[in-house]
Amino acid sequence: MRENYEAVIGLEIHAQLKTDSKIFCGCSTRFGDEPDSNTCPVCLGLPGALPVLNSRVIEMATRAALALNLRVNRESIFSRKNYFYPDLPKGYQISQYDRPFSEHGWVEIPTSERNQSGHAVAWSMKQFRITRLHLEEDAGKSLHEGMPDSASKSYVDLNRSGVPLAEIVSEPDFRSSWEAYDYMQYLRRTLIYIGVCDGNMEEGSLRCDANVSVRLRGAERFGTKVELKNLNSFRFLQHALEYEIDRQIEAIEAGEKIVQETRLWNERESKTYCMRSKEEAHDYRYFPEPDLPPLMVSEEMIEELRAGMPELPEARRRRFMEEYGLAADDAAQLTDARPAADYFEAVTRASGNAKSAANWILNELARELKNTGTEIDRSPVTAEELASMIRMIDACTISGKMAKEVLADMYRSGRSAEEVVREMGGGQVSDEAEIRAIIDQAVAANPRQLEQYRAGKAALLGFFVGQVMKASEGRANPQVVNRLLKERLDNTEQGD
Amino acid sequence: MPITKDDVENIAMLARLELTDEETEAFTRQLGSILDYIDKLDELDTADVPRISPCSTASGDTEYARRDDVVRPGLGQRLATENAPDAEAGYFKVPKVIGG
Repeated sequence: MRENYEAVIGLEIHAQLKTDSKIFCGCSTRFGDEPDSNTCPVCLGLPGALPVLNSRVIEMATRAALALNLRVNRESIFSRKNYFYPDLPKGYQISQYDRPFSEHGWVEIPTSERNQSGHAVAWSMKQFRITRLHLEEDAGKSLHEGMPDSASKSYVDLNRSGVPLAEIVSEPDFRSSWEAYDYMQYLRRTLIYIGVCDGNMEEGSLRCDANVSVRLRGAERFGTKVELKNLNSFRFLQHALEYEIDRQIEAIEAGEKIVQETRLWNERESKTYCMRSKEEAHDYRYFPEPDLPPLMVSEEMIEELRAGMPELPEARRRRFMEEYGLAADDAAQLTDARPAADYFEAVTRASGNAKSAANWILNELARELKNTGTEIDRSPVTAEELASMIRMIDACTISGKMAKEVLADMYRSGRSAEEVVREMGGGQVSDEAEIRAIIDQAVAANPRQLEQYRAGKAALLGFFVGQVMKASEGRANPQVVNRLLKERLDNTEQGD
Repeated sequence: MPITKDDVENIAMLARLELTDEETEAFTRQLGSILDYIDKLDELDTADVPRISPCSTASGDTEYARRDDVVRPGLGQRLATENAPDAEAGYFKVPKVIGG
């Protein structure tokens, strides 16, 4: 039954721009401060106070727009969105309506359905269109529970009031919950990458609403859409969409009509609930904000910011695969966050060995970082030191096995690779005279095995390699040992 | 553009105003005459008049209306909530609301 239908999903994402002060006043945007402590006449909506736009907001919004291939309008207009709610002290929100900051964007990203255990089935590149990115101020926060008079009162904290938001509206281009999920992941990663949003969903710096409808596969017209709110984690988003798609299909199959409404996701019960129907839908009576001039963005400013844009994660992922020959998974993991990608490139530059760099970063180093709860850009093992350790492996100064111990020590002590290896006894022994001496001892100590080997039991070579490695405390270069040992055992003129 | 009683009732509802029947009738008449008056502007030919935006200056310069991203002390919790009809633990207290 489900196969006959397809979902049509659009996302509205609110991203808090990472400024120090609010969008229209100098109050701090810091999270978690005492309630109502970061407030002033402007963000409290006191009479006579006038908003003045934060220029950093324009810069960050432009960077976000460029990253999402949006066209920045040379002139955009702030509008008042009128509604009543206690956490909106002015009785209107300053937003943008008919002339938004930027329009007509798109992203092209890898996306895949997932199987029962949550693993990707088959990645493919898909393009999703972005309608617009506009600027607005956040409202305050209402507390309905947990306070002395919560039975009869709501408590309002206006610290968030006036925090700058970029609202990013997509076209209804997603056909499954996983497409929406992959897009949201991409958007978060990109905004963090370019440094305009911290992406912290728990603190509300990134929030998501979705519009969902279903239609018979191949149908042209959209079905009636339902708005979903409270999708404040990736898991919630995916679960809520999945639930809502099923709910709508079942309703249609049962001959019911889908009602245009706003529904709230309840994760505990894994259900969506009706919050308000269209009859009560808001009439926001938008009109131009008379206290703010049009927002002008010059071509020079756009070009200057464009020149300063970093390589975006998706482009970087593809380059890592092409330039360094990394596997798709490794490239994706390394480009997930900018510090890891930068670290990898620094190690690769200094060591000349990209594959080894990827391996050490994604395995041994990642484990150490995870165990100590450290971010990679604060790793006690610098990119240069990891590179010098990799060079020692490539020069056969240390074995891969030894290197694991070396790295663990470097991580613990913060010492250089060279220092750690010197202390461990000078690293791997490749000196032939030294190895020959050990081989001679091993051969002399095992005459019976030598006889059997020479009688044709070639597998005993492994036994002798083991003896030599043991005698050298694992430091002898295995390749050199193998070669010299074969020479020694096959040479019957030594008078053994 | 004639304004109807329904328009006035709708606007009153959106503005959370309670009007008596007499008031509704009076406002319908008054708002209608204001709109009629503004309609007079349509008699002018404005084809060559440049669009004026809010806060426009003569030069069209809007750079003046921006600020740097610098935190400045605001009122602080005590001053902010001092004149509120009701407050507790630094929060404003309002009649219970649900939903949004």
